[in-house]
Amino acid sequence: MSGDSTYVPKSRLAQWFESRLPVIGLVHSSFVAFPNPRNLNYWWTFGGILSFMLAAQIITGIVLAMHYTPQSGLAFASIEHIMRDVNYGWLLRYMHANGASMFFFALYVHMFRGMYYGSYKSPREVLWLLGVIIYLLAIATAFMGYVLPWGQMSFWGATVITSLFSAIPIVGDSITTWLWGGYAVDNATLNRFFSLHYLLPFMIAGVVVLHIWALHVHGSNNPAGIEKNSAKDTLPFHPYFTVKDGFALVCFLVFYGWFVFYVPNYLGDADNYIEANPLQTPVHIVPEWYYLPFYAILRSIPNKLGGAAAMFTAVLIISFLPWLDTSPVKSASYRPLYRIFFWLFVACAVLLGYMGSQPPEGGYVIAARFLTVYYFLHFLVILPLLGRYEKPKPLPASIYDAVLGKSGAVEATSHRLEVREPGQ
Amino acid sequence: MKHRNAFRRGVGVAFGAVLTVALTAGAAHVFAADDAGPETGKTHEQPKPPRQEWSFNGFFGRYDQAQLQRGFQVYREVCSNCHSLKLVAFRNLADPGGPGFSEEQVKALAAQYQIKDGPNDAGDMFERPGRPSDYFPWNFPNEQAARAALGAVPPDMSLLAKARSYERGFPLFLIDPILQYQEQGPDYIDAILNGYTNDKDPNWNEYMPGHKIAMPMPLSDGAVDYADGSPKTVQQYAKDVSAFLMWAAEPKLEERKRIGFGVLIFLSVYALLLLAVKKKIWHRPEAHGKEATP
Repeated sequence: MSGDSTYVPKSRLAQWFESRLPVIGLVHSSFVAFPNPRNLNYWWTFGGILSFMLAAQIITGIVLAMHYTPQSGLAFASIEHIMRDVNYGWLLRYMHANGASMFFFALYVHMFRGMYYGSYKSPREVLWLLGVIIYLLAIATAFMGYVLPWGQMSFWGATVITSLFSAIPIVGDSITTWLWGGYAVDNATLNRFFSLHYLLPFMIAGVVVLHIWALHVHGSNNPAGIEKNSAKDTLPFHPYFTVKDGFALVCFLVFYGWFVFYVPNYLGDADNYIEANPLQTPVHIVPEWYYLPFYAILRSIPNKLGGAAAMFTAVLIISFLPWLDTSPVKSASYRPLYRIFFWLFVACAVLLGYMGSQPPEGGYVIAARFLTVYYFLHFLVILPLLGRYEKPKPLPASIYDAVLGKSGAVEATSHRLEVREPGQ
Repeated sequence: MKHRNAFRRGVGVAFGAVLTVALTAGAAHVFAADDAGPETGKTHEQPKPPRQEWSFNGFFGRYDQAQLQRGFQVYREVCSNCHSLKLVAFRNLADPGGPGFSEEQVKALAAQYQIKDGPNDAGDMFERPGRPSDYFPWNFPNEQAARAALGAVPPDMSLLAKARSYERGFPLFLIDPILQYQEQGPDYIDAILNGYTNDKDPNWNEYMPGHKIAMPMPLSDGAVDYADGSPKTVQQYAKDVSAFLMWAAEPKLEERKRIGFGVLIFLSVYALLLLAVKKKIWHRPEAHGKEATP
């Protein structure tokens, strides 16, 4: 990971070690001396929050796995054993279950921040693609994790989503049987989902390393959306951004703690406290909240193959953003029209989520269809055209000037500079 | 400043859009429901369970020990005739944050049950008096026996208070996590037990989805003899047994809320300290920047 390598080992031992494996220097240049744009606002703290949440999920998950039994006849009872008999088992499980929601919440803020400030644009396309891969892996991980308690919604959610593969022409049924390890979601499915649920987070961690590596090649984008070009535009990662990220993280933990300790079952489904029963279908099969927009897209197409294709396309289309957004200006702060369309897109995604949580009938289906069309219109029509017809506002000359709230370069007040963070 | 205003305006636009489409969709849904036909009439109406006052609600919620003991009595004398409670052990009744029975009481209670054990050295299964470490036995040897006797398998009661809920709808579901409403389960159970309002049909229940319930009215006034002078009414029984079932489903609730309070206080103070440090560091950052380092 690039950056200013100003690290000079002081002790002889550190010198000896550093000349053989310069890992302290790498950490120093990446997380201590690394020059960050000085105008980063609090929306930029969610990357650090996500790293923390990934670590928290892995640690709580490893301990939970010590007490969990991945066997269809025992899984449900082993979760209750964790909740009732394992020391602080209830805390570990509620942290892990709500932690998944917190991870996705932070992930969506992080992604929307990238969209608002055009963080996916050149030279950060690969950084964005790595982020989309992390998102896909997180979707798969959380989906399989939700199956493990072997409640009614675990079982039927798994059945609905894996059955989508049977819509593939000719080979669909064979693929589904192969995924299940049998002719229905059963013990074999639970076993492999447990195995993969344990594996994928470490793959996410690997891609996170690549993500940070790619990030540190050009450094973070920033609210002004212009590249740093002098030392005045930046501040060292430590102490400026360690303290800012730290403060944001603790605030986020208050939010997380509220859910874990006071409404731990709010984000879950009551039906998942009923043990899986293949003979009894729940009245409404609803996925976890973070899948709801895509679930709404799936259901809004009255054809199984078409619905599944639309759902997967809706996720994958995010990776094409760097090429669908044709505007050379990154930040929505200087794009008056895109700013409106960005918020319309946010509203569209939130509303799709609401439609996904409702029974597929009457007005909900109609609304979901309109929203699905708009979702794709945003990517395929609005973004390409906006870049051509929108007249952006004049950009500041440098990040330093943007901090001063100037769009022209004036350099008289460098002594009494109070850093103001836009967008807070 | 400019960015901030832009952001606010953006949030306003998004909120407006959300509201508009949500209201439109809601209205569309209402009209769609009206179109469902006239025959639906009364059976289509699904009243929401009324909210009850629970001692275990909110920040400082705790179980009411006397209520849990009464609820346990209702479970033992009425519900347990058909329902199992297989995740709860006798010893749990003496656990902190529970009904608060003494260890002697639990021992004596367990000994009243006959538990199947074995095989012994001769290879035979046998019955012995229960011990505190045993789990509550079911009145039926298996699900088939229950179905043969009752026509359906009564659900296990260990998690019932967390496994039952009802639709809160927009916008209440957005307010619930803020006001910490997590008692949909006990509210629902309480409503069901009070919902047998049709004298002609014992399987009609006002709060059951579809109004058809396999369980005929289980409680009647005076059926359980309370020793502490509480009213011997269906209403009181329903409330007490709902509270007991909440404890059975969430036995660590008191510990959770107590620890959570400490955690949130700690994190809030920590956040304030970090904010102060952050403000100090970010004051005149050029003095700390690399230009200033020797």
